Amino acid sequence: MSLLDVRDLNVVFQRRGERPFTAVDKVSFTVEPGQTVGLVGESGCGKSVTSLAIMGLLPKRGNKVSGEVLFEGADLLKLRPDDMRDRRGREIGMIFQDPLSSLNPVIPIGVQVAEVLERHQGRDRKQALKEARELLDAVGIPDPERRLTEYPHQISGGMRQRALIAIALACKPRLLIADEPTTALDVTIQAQILTLLKQLVDETGTALIMITHDLGVVAGLCDTVNVLYGGKVVERAERHDLFARARHPYTHGLLSSVPRLDSPRGERLHAIRGSVSDNIPWTEGCAFAPRCDNVVDACLEGPPPLEPTATGGDLRCNNPVQEEVAVP
Amino acid sequence: MSDPITRPGVTAPRSGGERGDGVSERNIGLLGERKKARLEELARSTADKGGVSLVRDAVRRLRRNPVAIVGAIIVGLFILVAIFAPLIAPHDPVQRFPELTKDLTVDNIPGSQSGFPLGSDPLGRDFASRLIHGSRQTLFVGVLATVIGLGLGVLIGAIAGAFGGWVDQALMRVTDVMLALPSLLLAITLVAMASRSTQWTVIFAVAIVNVPIFARLLRGSMLAQRESDHVLAARALGVKERNIVLRHMLPNSMTAVIVQATLTFAVAILDAAALSFLGLGDPDINRAEWGLMLGVDGQRYFEVRPELAYYPALAIIVVALGFTLLGEAMREAIDPKNRR
Repeated sequence: MSLLDVRDLNVVFQRRGERPFTAVDKVSFTVEPGQTVGLVGESGCGKSVTSLAIMGLLPKRGNKVSGEVLFEGADLLKLRPDDMRDRRGREIGMIFQDPLSSLNPVIPIGVQVAEVLERHQGRDRKQALKEARELLDAVGIPDPERRLTEYPHQISGGMRQRALIAIALACKPRLLIADEPTTALDVTIQAQILTLLKQLVDETGTALIMITHDLGVVAGLCDTVNVLYGGKVVERAERHDLFARARHPYTHGLLSSVPRLDSPRGERLHAIRGSVSDNIPWTEGCAFAPRCDNVVDACLEGPPPLEPTATGGDLRCNNPVQEEVAVP
Repeated sequence: MSDPITRPGVTAPRSGGERGDGVSERNIGLLGERKKARLEELARSTADKGGVSLVRDAVRRLRRNPVAIVGAIIVGLFILVAIFAPLIAPHDPVQRFPELTKDLTVDNIPGSQSGFPLGSDPLGRDFASRLIHGSRQTLFVGVLATVIGLGLGVLIGAIAGAFGGWVDQALMRVTDVMLALPSLLLAITLVAMASRSTQWTVIFAVAIVNVPIFARLLRGSMLAQRESDHVLAARALGVKERNIVLRHMLPNSMTAVIVQATLTFAVAILDAAALSFLGLGDPDINRAEWGLMLGVDGQRYFEVRPELAYYPALAIIVVALGFTLLGEAMREAIDPKNRR
């Protein structure tokens, strides 16, 4: 049994008097214990909404979530709010994009780490603070004793993200969802945080869902990659297959637009033409069709189905890319 | 959790850059003894700076602001005078002195004389002592009105902000109605509704007038907090709703309210004085109260001895100014946009 089995997850945002917007459109994927799964796509493709839906953190009003999110066989979407709350932080942890705004500015770091231990492990404050110190040490925060009493604005961005990772992993969850955990950090710190994440999930056997638009992150971390476009999975592949042979024109376009050191001088960087606003609804055809170089008539006649590929992945395309792309 | 071996990454990853808090052993070895000592001293001095709290940070910034210092001096003096009034005042404020009453007529109120620096009030009592004791009354009414208004306002604002939806709508429409009336008019209405006026009716009237201001302010920042990333992060950790409201949303919403309380203090003093001035306060003639002194004695005997009006008016203005200056300076100091 998979650790997490997302089946036909649908999230529709609806406002009175407006046309409903399908942010996540029948997305299915699985996460095995200890595996690292990437959700990749550009802004607005439904990555973050998917993660919030799994966590049950979408606002109560204005949206409709359907499908199944099976976590160890139990459907998280059908749990009572109290039961779901007990699982959040204990069985599923989450790391957010902006480490400064994700920490409570008026509570010292130590207490914020301790809070989750008190909540889920029934520790008293003293014991929780002691463990918090060890956790901060474990995520590589220097002088953890002192950091315990410091406020988020007093420590660096990299340390804040480390503190958030410590909080998310405090109860040793079986699944960690990282929503663009390195976007708000500068490049050197990004590398450190990714190394740390990789090390921690390896050591603890925590499964990781890595949500990112950064293919470099995917290349370094993920076992399996789901490429999302317009709320649907358009391609799923093992990491090496994806980088060696991206079949979907969108994935292919993303890979070709990564700048490379060995490309000839003066050559213009490849870009996918158009923008997300050119999308057509999936009901009419392939949402990517208006921006696609490989578009054929069938693309506008209805949504292409997600079909298994020879390499064990899945692909949603009528006219996939044939040639090989060199790994960037 | 007690077993450190199973803890995530007990072997702390050595990941360059960020760990550069001190100077590594190897580098120190290359330096001379003197420099080594200097480096260690530097390391200590930076280490001591850890744990600068938000409050201390704000105080530091207040101390650099001359406006805040002027306000703080006025407020400080006022509070000292109020606390030590019996020691400072030359006489009992309610006692009538023969020295003052012997020449006292409707057309002649004795002025400054030996032992009575500001002369007599219309009843032959020491005017200076009454002015000094008036500060106690002002502080008492101001503090209580502000605290009660703050308490009720925070309660209503927190409920509205925490629950949202129809609870929020209902509470906010009530505050809308209260805010639609001019504050003094509302206070007068409230006092008039009481069968008998005491100083408590004044305190409650002034407090209730300020409730909607606090409630709106807090509700607004609570709603902003509700959408904030750290509240979402707390939800993602399974923190209970009650703790999210009390530990995460409320403390982060209080700064604006605390600043408002200082400003409200000035308004409360003015409102309370205004009610007394209009004769809606406590009718006790023995109580020394600036608004009453200004409104009754000052007005009636203005042509005989205008000082009876000038001094209480000046006292009210200076104290209200002090609290306003301090409040404005605090607003600037606490405002995160000014944080350096």
